[in-house]
Amino acid sequence: MKHYKYLLMRRFTQIAILVLYIGANAWGWKILRGDLSASLLMGKVPLADPYAVLQIAVTGATLGIDIIAGALIVTLFYGIIGGRAFCSWVCPINMITDTAAWLRRKMKFSEIQKRFYMSRSLRYWILGLSLVLSAVMGVAAFELISPVSMAHRGAVFGMGMGGGALAVIFLFDLLVHENGWCGYICPLGASYALIGKFSLIRVHHDANKCTDCRDCITVCPEKEVLHMINRSSESVLMGECTNCGRCVDVCKEDALGFSIRSQLKQPKDEE
Amino acid sequence: MKNSPSNDRRRFLLSIARGIGLSAMGALVWSAYVGEVKAAPLILRPPGALKEEEFIKNCIKCGLCVEACPYDTLKLAKPGDNLPMGTPYFTPRTTPCYMCSDVPCVPVCPSGALNEPSVSSYVNAHAKLDINKARMGLAVIDKESCIATWGIQCDACYRACPLMGQAITIEYSKNERTGKHAFLVPIVHTDVCTGCGMCEHACVTQKAAIYVLPRALAMGEAGNHYIKGWDPKDEQRLESVKKEVPHESTKTKLSEKSALDSLNDESGL
Repeated sequence: MKHYKYLLMRRFTQIAILVLYIGANAWGWKILRGDLSASLLMGKVPLADPYAVLQIAVTGATLGIDIIAGALIVTLFYGIIGGRAFCSWVCPINMITDTAAWLRRKMKFSEIQKRFYMSRSLRYWILGLSLVLSAVMGVAAFELISPVSMAHRGAVFGMGMGGGALAVIFLFDLLVHENGWCGYICPLGASYALIGKFSLIRVHHDANKCTDCRDCITVCPEKEVLHMINRSSESVLMGECTNCGRCVDVCKEDALGFSIRSQLKQPKDEE
Repeated sequence: MKNSPSNDRRRFLLSIARGIGLSAMGALVWSAYVGEVKAAPLILRPPGALKEEEFIKNCIKCGLCVEACPYDTLKLAKPGDNLPMGTPYFTPRTTPCYMCSDVPCVPVCPSGALNEPSVSSYVNAHAKLDINKARMGLAVIDKESCIATWGIQCDACYRACPLMGQAITIEYSKNERTGKHAFLVPIVHTDVCTGCGMCEHACVTQKAAIYVLPRALAMGEAGNHYIKGWDPKDEQRLESVKKEVPHESTKTKLSEKSALDSLNDESGL
């Protein structure tokens, strides 16, 4: 059980948040109303997705006070505390892509499949492109096609044909590219990677305990962030880390664990 | 030779060109899709909604208005509805807007896409929500299929209208065909109708003969060069026009001479 601690906590959080949103629409609960693009917490605190608000802003819209305040609150939360935790702890797509990645590992797809090249920076290009398109078309461009919003809105307000988009992501991740959606395409994740670059909660690696079994790298959806494994004791500092804690879970030697980012300068490579 | 500086440069330029090409291709496909899905002129928005183009810029698709609506009137457009995805709309024939006096859907809007001042009236500089100010659409009557215009007695839309006698009035006239009956023909008043759709909901014909259209579609525009001679206020506009455009400023061959001389000139005959 110890080896699934953070996974279970994550699933609980994801599902609980989803249920709270669904309850607001279906049974009139007042805890968390709206959806992931903008919501109202306890009927008072506005929350808004900074990336969605940014897209709306570049269309030349007159932004309401509530979404500006909401976007600031969310930005501060992930910027100071959570890092890219939205992706692994809140986003409903995460359950789909995790399932695809798990199946891929079980069926050893990555070992038999010839890897085709995609750049991890693709998502930042899509992020930029979405802002340009929003400005030119006068409508939040990514929000119109976002499978993340579609999935969440669909769960709360009715799915329609949105299930198709989710199936596409599942099949893409399963058959085409490991963690293809979250790791390479999703600009929402990219925006949280930028926001959470300097956040405080970090995975810390202790090289002295590491036996180089590489289990952590196998499960990590953003393998690049674990470049220090078995090399040096340092924290995972890249914004791309989603703080999912899977590496902490699977590490049998306790070489990985969550810690608060130290304010002091980190000792880099010991060599 | 493989790693010569000039080959490096070629590779660098090629990768830039490829990046730009792929981005342009992506942008083209994406913008075509976005252009397609945002174009939906036949959509009715919640009360207080900004003009469609502005609305679609501002709406963050959170569904708070939908949750606030006590009658399940508002829906969020789902994939497959062929409407701008995630934006709120309503279908009066199914569920009209019941014109809540406290307009719960508007104040919850976090983005300002639903504009509170546009559905407020001011009493002693105090803003108070007033649903009668809403202009969600405009009821339009198809006289050919409205059975009241046939002479069959029906005032369903008139009775259903929350602004009965103001937004829809009944015009009485004699039915000459039978000689002893009356026509009770409904008339929609553009300046009062809120577009709530209660009339469309109540209409007894198989497909509603009175239906709500977005105002921008339902209304014409005469242009401001017509001046109503029977309206003294409207006639005042003539004075300012004279000053701006002095008379006989254009010279044509006919206007060279005075009108009388021009008429008496027989040289061309």
